Amino acid sequence: MEKKVLFANIDDPKQPEIDTYISKGGYKSLEKVLKEMKPEDVIEEVKKSGIRGRGGAGFPAGMKWSFVPKDSPKPKYLVCNGDESEPGTCKDRVLMEHDPHLVVEGMAISAYAIGAGHAFIYIRGEFDYPASQMRKAIDQAYEKGYLGKNILGTGYNLEMIVHTGGGAYICGEETALLNSLEGKPGQTRIRPPFPAVEGLYASPTVVNNVETLSNVSLIIKNGGQWFSKIGTEKSTGTRIFCLSGHVKNPGNYELELGTPLSYLINDLGGGVIDGKKLKAIIPGGSSTPILKPEQIDTPLDFESVAQAGSMLGSGGVIVMHEDTDMVWVARTLAHFYMHESCGECTPCRQGTKWIYDTLTRITAGEGKMDDIDLLLDLCDNIDGKTICPLGDAAVIPIRSTIELFRPEYEHYIKNGKPLVENKFMSFV
Amino acid sequence: MALSTESIDAMKKAAARYPQKRSAILPALTIAYRQIGYLYDDLYIEVADAIGVSPNEVASAATFYTMFPKQKVGKYLIQVCMNISCGLMGAESLKEYLLKVLNIKEGEITEDGLFTVVSVECLGSCTTAPMMQVNQTFYENLNREKVDKILNDLREKG
Repeated sequence: MEKKVLFANIDDPKQPEIDTYISKGGYKSLEKVLKEMKPEDVIEEVKKSGIRGRGGAGFPAGMKWSFVPKDSPKPKYLVCNGDESEPGTCKDRVLMEHDPHLVVEGMAISAYAIGAGHAFIYIRGEFDYPASQMRKAIDQAYEKGYLGKNILGTGYNLEMIVHTGGGAYICGEETALLNSLEGKPGQTRIRPPFPAVEGLYASPTVVNNVETLSNVSLIIKNGGQWFSKIGTEKSTGTRIFCLSGHVKNPGNYELELGTPLSYLINDLGGGVIDGKKLKAIIPGGSSTPILKPEQIDTPLDFESVAQAGSMLGSGGVIVMHEDTDMVWVARTLAHFYMHESCGECTPCRQGTKWIYDTLTRITAGEGKMDDIDLLLDLCDNIDGKTICPLGDAAVIPIRSTIELFRPEYEHYIKNGKPLVENKFMSFV
Repeated sequence: MALSTESIDAMKKAAARYPQKRSAILPALTIAYRQIGYLYDDLYIEVADAIGVSPNEVASAATFYTMFPKQKVGKYLIQVCMNISCGLMGAESLKEYLLKVLNIKEGEITEDGLFTVVSVECLGSCTTAPMMQVNQTFYENLNREKVDKILNDLREKG
């Protein structure tokens, strides 16, 4: 069901002001942590909550923090990932715009937990307004003594910096993000070493998603156990789902994990537009396999969506109605991955272009029946053969559309035109 | 010198905040591109001088990130999101409409120097599709009337 934990104050236009945030109990968790808790107690509390990363991979956040070596003489860094570029995903932006202090407080607590003296928030370059909201909030937090030197008289120092990127999807991947933050092209690093050991400036670094870190002050305030009771046993808490595509009421909705997809699409989203039939659903951003209409009751938690053959991913739920050409869907996404491949690994750099060119040939009416096998072969030669998951992600929409909608490919190749014509909103 | 004193000061201020200067390259490029409108080779040298890194390091970052235009564009750069969520809501026809009313091809500048239209990948505005970004501003939930008004307002502003 809908459960507003992160979104509790999202509709208050004054929420981005620090006085409003403080008047509702804001920064009390940071105070409690700095004055009453040891860093390892904070990590323990977050582990107890069971929270898993909200960026896409779903790795337990508390465990990630505990990989930071305590005896390292190097400085430690916290990086909040606000690169938000997975097609279908626009949730972190809402938090940064409407409740930026929730992000700042979560970052400050997390930085303390891992022993960091610097915390960065990496925001995609196009997000000018979210970045300005974060800068304003950070400036206010410095003024009130929640950031900077000797925070609240506890002796803890923390510098917090907003860093804006250059519009590259790959920089959502943590090692590419770190290279980008170092001023380099956003290309990925081979792991190990993992960032927790050797990250920013070759020092121990934790990278967490905006939504993940936004939960931290609430976990401290209410206890890890409180959090662990929301959602399902293995998928605890809420998540923000970005509902887009052919629905009546698109938007960002916060749901308790385990809520059926149908509740999101039909009850909150108002169902498919124009009384049309549902054809396909991408449940977790463009890098997750497509679900069919009969899977609409799938509970939205990590395990159930995996069992249904897809992934919870980044929370981007994309709905498509009956008048959607699935070969066009594949080609649109193929263009994205080709454009965003960083060029480092040959299978991804060459393969994504080959896939796009093949799909372009098919949609231009010049496809050959062998092209379907060629596409699948290209997928096999990219999947698992690259440093980072962009290659693996690029093949997912291709395999998924061929598996579920093969007749649409065959019709395109035989007749030189789509089986289903796109009927979308027109401006001309 | 193409960079203004204000830009250079802002770059130096940004560089001073980072543990390592090289981290200021992207923020500095953002400042440069917002002042000049696009990036080019000689500008990399000025940026490098401002923050104290090598021009090569600046060029290596600048040429990787597609958000920074590398050739002259109109005063208002219109970026139309063409990815899946916007595509499902008519992004192709939005772009077609813009090119028609502005009477240009993608990437060209209108005769009055005001507009350039380009296609871009997902801008993180999926629940408010279709959308376009004009310089730094997002315009969302677009329809024809809204687009006409946005273009007229920008024309009036000049």
